Amino acid sequence: MDFALLVIQTLNGLQLGLLLFLVASGLTLVFGILDFVNLAHASLYLIGAFICATLTFALGNFLIAVVVALPLTGLIGWAVERFVARPLYERDHLDHVLATFGLILVFETLAHLIWGPEGIAVPLPEFLQGQIVLSETLIIPSYRFLIIGAGLAAAGGLFWMVNFTRLGMLIRAGASNRTMVSALGINIEMLFGLVFAIGATLAGLAGMLVAPITEANIGMGNSIIITAFVVIIVGGIGSMKGAFVAALLIGLIDTLGRSFLDDIFKIFMSPSAAENSAPAISAMLIYIIMAVVLALKPQGLFPPKVR
Amino acid sequence: MSRRNIITLVVMALLAVLPPVFYLTGNAFYLDLATRLTILAIAAVSLNLILGYGGLISFGHAAYLGIGAYAVGIPAHHWLYGGLESLGLATTSGYVQIPLAIGVAALFALVTGAICLRTKGVYFIMITMAFAQMMYYAIVSIEEYGGDDGLVIDSRSELPFIDLDDPLQLFGLAYVSLVVAMLIVRMIVNSRFGMVLRGAKGNNERVVMLGFNTYLFRLTAYVIAGAMAGYAGALLGNFTTFISPEMMDWGRSGELMFMVILGGTATLVGPVIGATLFIVLEEVLSSLTVYWHLPFGLLLLAVVLFGKGGIMGMLRADKEDSE
Repeated sequence: MDFALLVIQTLNGLQLGLLLFLVASGLTLVFGILDFVNLAHASLYLIGAFICATLTFALGNFLIAVVVALPLTGLIGWAVERFVARPLYERDHLDHVLATFGLILVFETLAHLIWGPEGIAVPLPEFLQGQIVLSETLIIPSYRFLIIGAGLAAAGGLFWMVNFTRLGMLIRAGASNRTMVSALGINIEMLFGLVFAIGATLAGLAGMLVAPITEANIGMGNSIIITAFVVIIVGGIGSMKGAFVAALLIGLIDTLGRSFLDDIFKIFMSPSAAENSAPAISAMLIYIIMAVVLALKPQGLFPPKVR
Repeated sequence: MSRRNIITLVVMALLAVLPPVFYLTGNAFYLDLATRLTILAIAAVSLNLILGYGGLISFGHAAYLGIGAYAVGIPAHHWLYGGLESLGLATTSGYVQIPLAIGVAALFALVTGAICLRTKGVYFIMITMAFAQMMYYAIVSIEEYGGDDGLVIDSRSELPFIDLDDPLQLFGLAYVSLVVAMLIVRMIVNSRFGMVLRGAKGNNERVVMLGFNTYLFRLTAYVIAGAMAGYAGALLGNFTTFISPEMMDWGRSGELMFMVILGGTATLVGPVIGATLFIVLEEVLSSLTVYWHLPFGLLLLAVVLFGKGGIMGMLRADKEDSE
């Protein structure tokens, strides 16, 4: 286990954790306030990445593309709320799950239809392609720092909005008692649409940030949504703080587990047994952690107080 | 005879007669289709036990299909390439593979169910999904069994009296299994056990107050459903002779749920009708366009937004007929 690799993997874990938070925060926001289960949340992550990819080529600059793509993704989120989620608020969770499962199929096939089956590589502007050399063995692409910075900024912005603005106050009030909020003369439908759009924008931002690394591709939504579920289950569904802590925890454990679990196993196992079991165990690691957390605290680490 | 029983009998009779007729008149393809839908119907019937009658929205039922299929594939793999002889798991004998499929599926259901059932509502949905995905990633990471690429089953399970290489006999086994699965579910649902299960779906607190440990009742039902789906998975492995982690993907679990809902939850024959419609739709739509998931997804949205109670709900004239 060498030090440089540990630093690099910790940064990778942090990066994954922040991306997970961007996706999970929208999920937990929508569930906490609207009591709506949105499986199609990751479709907005996917669509965000594709829109950003197209705009990068059309506008010639990745950063400008992100700025334009964010409100577009929010708009799609708003449309999903208006036409799919809103008629289903009074129904049970099973209907939410089925409808949004259908929505995933629709979004993924549309993406396939519009952008084709191949992934789209997203070029970065010149100044983001560099690398930061910390020591001879410790070289980190500067774009990674942009992701971490953007992730932290988005998380900070979200905390500020929820805790210190009038909108945030309404959102928190809506989460504890939506009938009361609406009785106080707040347009609850508009508030819900806005919350959905914010969640969609955050998921879209995560997709846009990850696109230059992995390409925008059809399967990307599927690969993150389950992990995002694990995050909000571990953190406590509806809790923003829980989502943040759990996202970093899951991101770090998943990344570090994949790179170092075989080394750890070799301490108390034969090398061949460690080589064989480590990949399977590290693939299952976050689920095992989820199981342990649930066995101890069925409501997650930070269960929301009012539900 | 109630209207629902008549529908059940008609559907099951059609399913028994039509596929062999197609086969004998030279349309072997339709028999294949029927075999696949029959096997998936077994899984859907088992899911209906917990989802329809128990109210437990499990979004990870495809994992059991995968476990059952790998319980056939892995011993067959070792039988051909060596390894695991000491455990007696290098074999193509159905006497080993099928109990293995049922046993491992039941065990997985017991362990994950014990955790999942401590939670409720949306937690339960997501956790069942996460555990299924855990199996998916576990199989993907094991390179010996093909990982992502899947595993070819070179030799089907050997059973007495039945030759699974004969498509007609394989269909026969699947059909009889489906009927038995339906009878088991009917027996369970109408028993005292089933009354508690259904009662807990309606009002868990009340049933708990009556002195029943609903957690144990639900866990038992969860294990039974898992074991049945594991058996269906063993049949599915024998049918496709190629298995891959893809069959445990959460999309597959969603499809199984869709079958149950489309046909009508908490009805005996609903899942069979749902599975039939699903397979037919998939076949028709995918022959028209590679983008068949688009109309399929829209249909799913439409069913949820505008339809209630599934096909059995629409066919049902008298409301009293429902449980």
